[in-house]
Amino acid sequence: MKPGPFRYLAPTTLEEAVRALGEHPDAKVLAGGQSLIPVLSMRLARPTHLVDLAGIAGLGEVEVSDEWVRVGALVTHARLLADEDGYAALPLLRQALRNVAHPAIRNRGTTVGSIAHADAAGEMPSILAITDGVVEAFGPQGRREIPASEFFAGALETTLAHDEVIEAVRFGRFPGGTTTAFLESARRKGDYAMAGVAVALTVDESGQITSARASFVSVTDVPGVLDLTGALAGRIPTDVDWSVIDDAVQDHIEPEADIHVSAEYRAHLAGELARRAFAQAAATHPGGNS
Amino acid sequence: MTELSDLSPLRAGAAALADNLLTDELHEVTVNVNGAAHTRTVPARRLLSDFLRHDLRLTGTHVGCEHGVCGACTVLVDGAPARACLMFAVQAQSHEVTTVEGLGSSADSMNHVQQAFAECHGLQCGFCTPGFITTITSFLEENPDPTEEEAREVVSGNLCRCTGYQNIVKSVLRAAELKREAGEPA
Ligand SMILES: Cc1cc2nc3c(=O)[nH]c(=O)nc-3n(C[C@H](O)[C@H](O)[C@H](O)COP(=O)(O)OP(=O)(O)OC[C@H]3O[C@@H](n4cnc5c(N)ncnc54)[C@H](O)[C@@H]3O)c2cc1C
Ligand code: FES
Ligand code: FES
Repeated sequence: MKPGPFRYLAPTTLEEAVRALGEHPDAKVLAGGQSLIPVLSMRLARPTHLVDLAGIAGLGEVEVSDEWVRVGALVTHARLLADEDGYAALPLLRQALRNVAHPAIRNRGTTVGSIAHADAAGEMPSILAITDGVVEAFGPQGRREIPASEFFAGALETTLAHDEVIEAVRFGRFPGGTTTAFLESARRKGDYAMAGVAVALTVDESGQITSARASFVSVTDVPGVLDLTGALAGRIPTDVDWSVIDDAVQDHIEPEADIHVSAEYRAHLAGELARRAFAQAAATHPGGNS
Repeated sequence: MTELSDLSPLRAGAAALADNLLTDELHEVTVNVNGAAHTRTVPARRLLSDFLRHDLRLTGTHVGCEHGVCGACTVLVDGAPARACLMFAVQAQSHEVTTVEGLGSSADSMNHVQQAFAECHGLQCGFCTPGFITTITSFLEENPDPTEEEAREVVSGNLCRCTGYQNIVKSVLRAAELKREAGEPA
C-alpha cells in the first residue's frame, strides 16, 4: 500500500498552483492529504503531479461577517472546531465538526478539502448545503463563486474545473430566531456516519415557524436541502409531533447498502435522527422548554 | 511496412511518459524528529511513517493499515497527533515530529503514559501501543483531569486487537494521575 511515483510541486501563490494544474492534466491538489493519500496508497488514483497548497500564504484564515463564516483552504477541521467566533456566528459548524473523523485526522484534514472531496458521507458538504454556502474558486480567469446547490454534481464529483483551486468556502449565517442541531449515528465515534442530519429551525417573534430545513449525510448521492417549511410554517416548534416529516424525509433520501449497514437500516436511522434533531432544535429555542 | 524510424516519435513519447509516470524524483528532505534535524534524500512519495522507520531506523512508529484507520502510526506533529501514514516526508519539513522514542525509550526514561500502560496492563502484544502513547500524551497536555468517558473517547481513533480496551482506559486515567502527582509541588 504505497503511492506510485509523482512529482511534488510546492507553489507559493494561487496563480502558480493554477498554472501547474493547467500544464498537467493528471495533476491533483494536495491539502491535508487525509482523503487523498489513502486514495493514492490504494492506487485508486495515479496523478502525475501533486500540487501542495501548504506553502501558499493567506489560506489559513477563519473570517466572520454579518452574513458569512469564511473558511480558507488551509484551515483544518481542528482549527475551525476550536474557533470561538465561528462558533458564536454559526453553532452548526461545531455541532457538525465534532463528528468529523478522529482528532488525529482533524488535525491535518481541511474543511475545504472535505468539501472538494464531495463525499456524501462527509459532514461538511451537507453543512455547506444547508447554510446556502458558496465555494470561492480561483482559476486561470481569476475568481468565481459557485453556490453549494450548483457545486455538488454526484458522488465524489463537483463542478470545479480541473485547473481551479478552492480558495475558501463561505458558510451562510442563519437569520435571528434560528436554532440548529446535528445528529449522526456511526459504528464507532469518529467513523463515517451510517446516517446523519443537520437541521435549522427559524421562528418569528411570536414563536411560529417561518423556516424548517434539513440536510443529510450518507443517505443521499449529493448533499441537498430538504425544505419542510411548507408543512410546518405557522406552527409552534414545541407543539409539533415531528413524525409529520417522516414521509418527506423518506422521499428525499436514497440510502444504499454497504458492508456496514443495509439500506433499510440507513433509512430508519435517517428518519429517527431527523425527528430527534428537529425536537432538539425546537427545545433550544428561547421559547422552547430547555 | 512501417520503417523502424517511423516509430521514433512514438518511442520518444513513450519514454517521456515513462519518465513522467514511473521514475521517482528525489528530494533532499530535512525533518526535525525528537529535537534533532535529520536529512535524507527520498522520493516525494515517501510516507512519513516509512521515512521514520526505513530512513531514520526509528521503528517505534508502527504501521498497521496504512490508510489512517488503525492509529498505530500516530506521531505528534508540532505537538498534535497525526497519522504518519497520511503524510509525505516532504510535507513534514517545516514541522517538529515527535515519535514514541522521543517520549521515552528506556525503562528509566518512560513518560507518565508509558508508566501507566506498564502498571495497568494497557498492552499485550504492543503493536498498537506507540500510537496510543503519542495520542494520550498529547491529550493529557490539554485535559489533565479527564473523566472516564473522555478517556474512552480519546482512544476511539486507535485500534487494539488484544486488550479489549478496558485496561487502556484505566491507563489513561492512571497516566493523568501520575502527571498531576509529578506536577504538584513537593
Ligand atoms: C480514518 C479516517 C476517517 C475519516 N472520517 C471522516 C468522517 O467521519 N467524516 C468526514 O467528513 N471525513 C472523514 N475523513 C476525511 C477527512 O475529513 C479529510 O480530511 C477530508 O475529507 C479531506 O480534507 P484534506 O485537507 O485532507 O484533503 P486532501 O486529502 O488533501 O484532498 C481531498 C480531495 O480534495 C481535493 N482538494 C483539497 N483541497 C482542495 C482545494 N482547496 N481546491 C481544490 N481541490 C482540493 C484534492 O485534490 C483531493 O481530490 C476521514 C479520513 C480518514 C483517514
Ligand atoms: S498505519 Fe497509519 S493509521 Fe494505520
Ligand atoms: S496490544 Fe496487541 S494490538 Fe493492542
